[in-house]
Amino acid sequence: MSEIFIPQFHAFARRAFLARSGRVALSAAAVALLAGNEALAVQTAAKEGTSDVSILNTALGAEQEAVAAYQVGAESGLLQKPVLDLAVTFQSQHKAHADLLASTVKKLGGTPVVAKKPADYHFPVQKLKTQADVLGFAASLEKGAVSAYLGAIPLFKNRELAKAAGSILGDEAMHWAILRQALGQPPVPEAFVS
Amino acid sequence: MTRGKTISAALFLTLGAALMPLIAVALPKGDPARGEKIYGRCFACHAIDRDRTGPRHAGLFGRRAGSVPGFPYSKAMKKAGENGLVWNEETLDKFLQNPTKFVPGTRMGYAGIKDDQERADLIAYLKQATKE
Repeated sequence: MSEIFIPQFHAFARRAFLARSGRVALSAAAVALLAGNEALAVQTAAKEGTSDVSILNTALGAEQEAVAAYQVGAESGLLQKPVLDLAVTFQSQHKAHADLLASTVKKLGGTPVVAKKPADYHFPVQKLKTQADVLGFAASLEKGAVSAYLGAIPLFKNRELAKAAGSILGDEAMHWAILRQALGQPPVPEAFVS
Repeated sequence: MTRGKTISAALFLTLGAALMPLIAVALPKGDPARGEKIYGRCFACHAIDRDRTGPRHAGLFGRRAGSVPGFPYSKAMKKAGENGLVWNEETLDKFLQNPTKFVPGTRMGYAGIKDDQERADLIAYLKQATKE
């Protein structure tokens, strides 16, 4: 695995990951969402199907799964510092994404999906035998997230939501690039992502 | 060109234009190896062997839409299955091109794969990878 510069993160006990509050700097769009921007009140009740609320809830489910996946990875004992600290940070950012998405779903009159119990995600833990396996699994989820947000953004009726989703997409893309580098792969393999 | 031939040509063009939407455009031949890479776009929500935010893809071909036991489908997808939607190359091609147009109300909030070759590659991969 190539050496990479990873800033010093605070050390956390493995089982204390979710103790972090997830307080991070929010984009202007995210602040508008949480502050009750009147323009967002267009959609009131959550409708079944591909409404903005439905898209947000699908994204929320994926973010909750990412939080759980990083928990599994970190508790596997396979991740060593500084990679372990990196996983903790990425998990906290997915938690922040999930919190924002859930708050926005509620603000739009919907009911946020509930995270599954960890065992119900059925992660392929039997295939995770090395640090590289864990990082590869995480990288595939992050790449999937980038593609999912790319596919979702054109569908949002509310452009502020699209902007906030773009902000999250940027974060997922950074995760993917860092994980690729940690695996010894070119961090930015192509000029365009799909 | 004589008047008769002009009329025939115009009639031919008019009929042809009218019939075009009815003619199924065959997908190009798909490459499963390329399709496997394209499947990476689905990783946020899907897996072959387990349900995630989206239902598992194992056993996809020939499966009635909305029918994986225990998966919380949207009403729209369940209804589509009850109305006879079965996943095959043709229906997957239409769905993957524009999911929310093909099944309005689906929870798959994804704009779709617009490139014909990419869809063909993905479907070719899925056909191999989802056999049970």
